[in-house]
Amino acid sequence: MKWPFIKIIPKNTKFGFVRFSIPAAIVSVVLCIASLVSCFTLGLNFGIDFKGGTVVEAVWDKPINLAQVRERVGNMNLRDVGVQDFQEPNQAMIRFLPPEGADASATVDSVKAELRAIMPGVKFPRVEVVGPKVSEELGTNGALALGIAIILVVLYIWTRFELQMGFGSIVALAHDIILTLGFMSITQLDFSLTTIAALLTIIGYSMNDTVVVFDRMRENMRKYKKMSFGDIIDLSTNETLSRTIITALTTFLALLGLTVVGGETMQVFTVIMLFGVFIGTYSSIYVAAPVLILWPPKRGAEKAAARTEADARP
Amino acid sequence: MPSFLPNKTVNLGLDLQGGSYLMFEVESQVVYKARLETVADDLVRELRGQRRPGELGTAKTPILFAGRGLTPDGQVARVTIQNAADVQEAIKRIQTLASPVIGLTGPTGRNDLDVKAAPGNVIEIRLTEEAKVAMTRRAVSQSIEVIRRRIDETGTKEPAITRQGVDRIVVQAPGESDPEKLKRLVGQTARLTFQMVDETVPPAEAAAGRIPPGSVLLEQPGQPGEPFVLVRRRALVTGDNLTKADPGFDQQSGEPAVTFQFDGTGARAFARASTENVGKRFAIVLDDKVLSAPSIREPILGGNGQITGSFTIESANELATLLRAGALPAPLKVMEQRTVGPELGRDSINAGATAGVIAMLLIVAFMILAYGLVFGGIAILALTVNLILILAAMTMVGATLTLPGIAGLILTIGAAVDANVLIYERMREEELAGRSTALAIDAGFKRAIVTVMDANVTALLTALILFYFGAGPVRGFAWTLSIGVVTSLFTAILMTQVLVAAWYRQTKPKRLPI
Repeated sequence: MKWPFIKIIPKNTKFGFVRFSIPAAIVSVVLCIASLVSCFTLGLNFGIDFKGGTVVEAVWDKPINLAQVRERVGNMNLRDVGVQDFQEPNQAMIRFLPPEGADASATVDSVKAELRAIMPGVKFPRVEVVGPKVSEELGTNGALALGIAIILVVLYIWTRFELQMGFGSIVALAHDIILTLGFMSITQLDFSLTTIAALLTIIGYSMNDTVVVFDRMRENMRKYKKMSFGDIIDLSTNETLSRTIITALTTFLALLGLTVVGGETMQVFTVIMLFGVFIGTYSSIYVAAPVLILWPPKRGAEKAAARTEADARP
Repeated sequence: MPSFLPNKTVNLGLDLQGGSYLMFEVESQVVYKARLETVADDLVRELRGQRRPGELGTAKTPILFAGRGLTPDGQVARVTIQNAADVQEAIKRIQTLASPVIGLTGPTGRNDLDVKAAPGNVIEIRLTEEAKVAMTRRAVSQSIEVIRRRIDETGTKEPAITRQGVDRIVVQAPGESDPEKLKRLVGQTARLTFQMVDETVPPAEAAAGRIPPGSVLLEQPGQPGEPFVLVRRRALVTGDNLTKADPGFDQQSGEPAVTFQFDGTGARAFARASTENVGKRFAIVLDDKVLSAPSIREPILGGNGQITGSFTIESANELATLLRAGALPAPLKVMEQRTVGPELGRDSINAGATAGVIAMLLIVAFMILAYGLVFGGIAILALTVNLILILAAMTMVGATLTLPGIAGLILTIGAAVDANVLIYERMREEELAGRSTALAIDAGFKRAIVTVMDANVTALLTALILFYFGAGPVRGFAWTLSIGVVTSLFTAILMTQVLVAAWYRQTKPKRLPI
């Protein structure tokens, strides 16, 4: 084996990606439907950011009897009480909604008092109260952010490339988001503000990948005016394949560290991101590009901006 | 360190340094209601045609009216005029109670009251939208000032008090802080009033619901012997007339108490009221709860007094602080509260740092293995400079580093090498296509840069949206991500180009080592 290892990755691969695009399309459609079904039946596990309510993390100096906590807090006339063990036996995570009409913030204080009464020597490293109005706004803003992100990215791709490529990218983005939501629904991971951040990052990553492939297609369409569109896709995907693999690997490596030691909050984020990196890479090759086979861009009418770049080439 | 060197550090978010984040909403409805209540009281004088204090001229003809009061939601004041013929004149008289609305830039030319006739000889009085906006803005500004005074008094470390949106206030207190205390301190209206006790109705009958007009039944917590006290609505003196308030002890019982002093107006008003009512009881009321209801043994002329009523030393201290800082113009409602203990914050920083180091090591190893010492090394160097630039930029613009921000930083480590990878892979292709090494390097850069730009603009777009819509920690993530995109463009393109060119001039290689 010769170092540097990059030489191992051959440059002139000739994989027939397009050949598998029909089975891939079927797989994608089935997965998307399954994800949507899961989202509507199992639902998403919305955290308090979007549902409103209270989370209290309690740490005692000795192990705590969770059943007792469950019973005592359960008898406090709160709604939707959930008591979970959390990392260590002396820790507990308590979630609840305050009684109808009661002040959420004051309710926290009485819950804290009750936990102190169960066993003294308790600390509260994390307390979060999100009122119904705020959670509603956070939800609206999150949905708006996702929507606007998709529109802007697609508009950008349309202006820089072709209308058809903008369409291809929007299909790929929808695919990525639907599958990620399906993944979250099946795993019942906590859907919080951080999840929105992860989703937007996945959009960014997936588009980054798509743009690299599109960019190469644009170039090859000019270079090989007679080549069929399917062959252009195959050629471009093969030419950028080594980069696709390496970038997916480096991103994966970076996230790996976070998954192992990032702590509870970050774990959800990184798990979603890892899933998103995988899906984003797949969708650039098998969703964004094949859509262009169905609706190919006009040949010979590539954007002027692209032509000047070509002139710069020796 | 010499002082001319920058000594700022990156701001840490509450999730990393620990602390409390509280978002309050100013209940401006209460302010609107108070204004309409005043109007509903004052219109009596206008309709009866009485002269205002100090007004000259003859009294006007009285207009007969009935059914004066506010709708249950408190947003409309209504009065029924007995003769339909008087309605227009009544509207004209009520309109004189309006006052001009002062906007941000001066008078708006609009009045604060909208007086209209409704079916059935009813006149409805509403606040105009301009008035509501101005009143809310004033209530929020006043609240922020009161909150600042209260927090300053307790010496809490550098709290940030900011207005958010139209009617919200965010209080952020970093470090070791007791959110419950902070909430009591900030969220309490602390409206102190001195009111006469209504002794015309026996307490038992009042509790059963026989409440004379002009009086109200208030709770008296901590006094099982007398859980409710019937008091006159009209306040003799309010907390606005206090000049001093200090924690102390009751000289007879030795219990904690709050001693206070009235200003001139307050002292005169209280002296007169206490002289007229010797032997009767008055109530000291805080936010509609009776603290204590002592009897007036002799006229209180000096303007000094003390408040007792089941205090602990701490609660007496807190009340004194609240009274010194003044009352909030309207109650505050907690909308959102997030508290992170400082230990959890430290754990998060450590976890983030460890994750960052692991990610960095993995990527350094990977890049050296994949691209060799020269090209791998250049990519690592670019990455390192990139990280330093991100942190420096964040410090300069005062951005906040949060836990998701650290994740963003680590993600940037992974994604930033992408630009280098794109450039290197392009070079490899060009060389394979038969170009000389120099041309391959040149073409690699020229072609790859277009791709890198296009790819990064999409990333930047999403990061900026995240910044605009995100709150708190997520915004910290957007900060690092957007700064990272810009700096990585700089390091990957410029730095890499300069370094690769320098390497080429030095070694004049026949072939690329990748």
